[in-house]
Amino acid sequence: MAEYLTSIDFAGLFTADNIVFFILSAVILVCGFMSVASTKLLRAATYLFFTLFAVAGLYLTLSYEFIAAVQLSVYAGGILVLLIFAIMLVKNLGTDTETISYANKTIAGLSALAGTVFAFITMSKFRFIPSEEANDAAAMVDMEMVGQTLMGTDKYQYLLAFEAVSILLLACIVGSIVIATKSKED
Amino acid sequence: MIPVEAYLVVSTLLFFIGVYGFLVRKNLIGILMAVELILNAVNINFVVFNRFLYPDHLEGYIYSLFVIVVAAAETAIAISIIINVYRKLKDVRVDSINELKN
Amino acid sequence: METITNLSPIILALPFLMFLFLGLCGNKLFKSNPNIAGWIGTAGLSVVAIVSYYIAIQYFWVEGKGADAYQQFVLFNHEWLKMTDNLVISIGFMLDPISAMMLVVISTVSLMVHIYSLGYMHGEEGFQRYYAVLSLFTFAMMGLVVATNIFQMYIFWELVGVSSFLLISFYFIKPSAVAAAKKAFIVTRFADMFFLIGILILSYYTNTFDFLKLTAVSDGHATLVNNTMCGEMFMGLSVTSIAMFLIFLGGAGKSAMFPFHIWLPDAMEGPTPASALIHAATMVVAGVFLVARMFPVYFFEAHDVLTIIGYIGAFTSLFAAIIACTQTDIKRVLAFSTISQIAYMFVALAVSGYTSEHEACLGYTASMWHLFTHAMFKACLFLGAGCIIHAVHSNEMNAMGNLRKFMPIAHITFGISCLAIAGILPFSGFYSKDEILVAAFEHDKVLYACQAFVAGLTAFYMFRLYFRIFWYSENPAHAHHTPHEAPMNMNIPLIVLSVFTCYSFFNLVSNDSYQLFSSKITADRVGFELETNWTIAIASLLVAGVGIAIAWVLYKEKNDKPDMIAGKVKCLYISASHRFYIDEIYLFITRKIIFGGICVAIAWFDRHIIDGFMNLLAWISRELSYDIRDVQSGNLQQYAWGFLVGVLAIAMFAIYY
Repeated sequence: MAEYLTSIDFAGLFTADNIVFFILSAVILVCGFMSVASTKLLRAATYLFFTLFAVAGLYLTLSYEFIAAVQLSVYAGGILVLLIFAIMLVKNLGTDTETISYANKTIAGLSALAGTVFAFITMSKFRFIPSEEANDAAAMVDMEMVGQTLMGTDKYQYLLAFEAVSILLLACIVGSIVIATKSKED
Repeated sequence: MIPVEAYLVVSTLLFFIGVYGFLVRKNLIGILMAVELILNAVNINFVVFNRFLYPDHLEGYIYSLFVIVVAAAETAIAISIIINVYRKLKDVRVDSINELKN
Repeated sequence: METITNLSPIILALPFLMFLFLGLCGNKLFKSNPNIAGWIGTAGLSVVAIVSYYIAIQYFWVEGKGADAYQQFVLFNHEWLKMTDNLVISIGFMLDPISAMMLVVISTVSLMVHIYSLGYMHGEEGFQRYYAVLSLFTFAMMGLVVATNIFQMYIFWELVGVSSFLLISFYFIKPSAVAAAKKAFIVTRFADMFFLIGILILSYYTNTFDFLKLTAVSDGHATLVNNTMCGEMFMGLSVTSIAMFLIFLGGAGKSAMFPFHIWLPDAMEGPTPASALIHAATMVVAGVFLVARMFPVYFFEAHDVLTIIGYIGAFTSLFAAIIACTQTDIKRVLAFSTISQIAYMFVALAVSGYTSEHEACLGYTASMWHLFTHAMFKACLFLGAGCIIHAVHSNEMNAMGNLRKFMPIAHITFGISCLAIAGILPFSGFYSKDEILVAAFEHDKVLYACQAFVAGLTAFYMFRLYFRIFWYSENPAHAHHTPHEAPMNMNIPLIVLSVFTCYSFFNLVSNDSYQLFSSKITADRVGFELETNWTIAIASLLVAGVGIAIAWVLYKEKNDKPDMIAGKVKCLYISASHRFYIDEIYLFITRKIIFGGICVAIAWFDRHIIDGFMNLLAWISRELSYDIRDVQSGNLQQYAWGFLVGVLAIAMFAIYY
């Protein structure tokens, strides 16, 4: 950890990139925490929305525009709307507050903390050496390459997985309709 | 140039925030939101590793796309289940859904 | 040869199918007329008898005689259970002089008993069952004598035990019959345990069950046994001797040798014809047959065991003969007489040599000869006794007397058989018993003296029986219930069997007839020229005559001499009439010592230590499961927490260890 801290170039800390990164990270962490700590579900969903948004921003700083767009449209646009619908459909939950015992919070918090510490220690033991090409961070990943990777059949190309996921989605559509449909006796 | 470790710190914290949420939330929808946080943390890791360690391939990239897709599917199913459970039991708190216990 | 081979399966298959047919469908099909079941059984057995006779005749006079000795044919041998490459249990058919002779004995006696039972068992409850079990017995006994390997013999050995059990307990509503059946089964089974151990020891060393391999002889040794077991010692005794002695114990159990004899007198609870077939003529000689079958091994490799067999036989014959003198139940007298006569056969085997030169194997021949003649006259005696019991409705001598007026056929055939068993010239028993005495005389004078005395006792008690039944003074009970002659189908078997007993009349005029057994049935299968030893013949005739004379004096007419004599040797008389308290000793050992002493301790150990340990285990697991069942709460988040902790632990282990 000490080695890590000394390696930070404090003079170059306030570049535009870094400022953007700090802001995004702060949003992610603060809103993420609020979304699990908030007692009201609708608020939690709103905080989650900001978190997802900031994650998309993080992808943008890595020059992955496509995945940022997917993050926004699927997560922020789809999943979150679904969640909010569910909150609305389930009676009173929008305003219902949860009371969670301190014992529970303490145990869960300590466990999560232990996990975090463990992860940090592990991370500090290993060095991540970025590849040479990673310095061309500005170079965008062009859509053609993404398309080739998704639809190709060569090495490092994922047509089969893509098709499997499409079947999964189909099954999921049918399944959720079947599950959510009111049966006659209800 | 932001170091890899900075991203990893963010994703680790986000992950354990999600875990904490999963452990303390009583509400099924709340738990689902915590799961979304965990998945996002994982996605960040995938993307970051792809970007910094193997920029000439798109494995992590595609993987996180798949994770997003699967998360969407999972959420859709989970929500339909939650709605159904609510319809039957008028309750969606995990500790009170114990119809099969006795 | 081909004809014999093709016919031989019939001997085993037909009785077995008959058993299945009568046993499974008999009660339903022949409900209205059970006699049909009897006729079917008898017809089936007639076929078996004809085939057996044909095979025996073909073997002895046409096919069997090789260059110098009779050959041993294995007509078929189907592999049944394969234990190792060498250790194979087969079911087969072996034809050699003794098995061919046994085919004749079994089929004859069995057929006679089948015919006789048509009359004797007429109208009995379970008539069909009786015939089914008779067929089972015939199947088992045939399988036993034609066994190609010792394990096949053991299997059929147990099967005859089962059919014996079923027949003794035929009147299963009588508690005494049930007790007798259990006693017979347990005692013989106990002895068979030793038999099995003996088989296992033998086959462990020789790696085969096959009789042909086990009994192959060359250079004065049973080659295989000598090669594999020679010099093996266990607790200072040769393993061969131990194994062969254990095998003999199995035979002793089946053949009711002392101290396993206790079951045979009680086995008379069964129907009389079944006693005639199983407990007089065939099954009880299985032990003799077993020793004869393994004779080369006994003679060359375990001669000490053969000597022991001789002394056990001599003791048993004397012991049983003394008891027979005091019994009043005629079937018991015959039962003890059977024990005594079988013991004779064991003695004969024990004093035998192996080769046919200089009549060395006279004892072997005499033993088999006596087996043959004894089967015939003892079956005749039992069937005759059955007729008498049928007529007076009692087993006790006191209910009889002067029956010769009422039952001439039974009287004559019974008399012929008594003469035969007493050893009177020229009845068949004379020849076979005389050869035994000759062999014993040449081998061991002590055994000879004992057996000669027993011969006298035999003559005495058989004629005591004869005179008490057919002479003596008339029983007043007969005045209002006249005994009558048995029906024809009961008399024919008596006549046929006494004809078999009288065949030896030809011995007087024809040397071929005299040499019938000595030329065919010898230990090395070569055959020898039999010469009569007149000194011993006359001596044994005199002894028998004295026995008969004493019986004549005491029992010709009612008088007080028997009681007087009994009073003089009161101690001996009472203990003999209580069969020397052997049953009581058995009961004391089993009840008091084993059940009352040893078993109590074992039961305590079992209940408290073994069960207690198991209960402790059960208690511990119950308590533990009560403690840990809270873990399975059904609470999702508790599970998730456990999952998280587990994942972290595994990750830590994987990364840092």
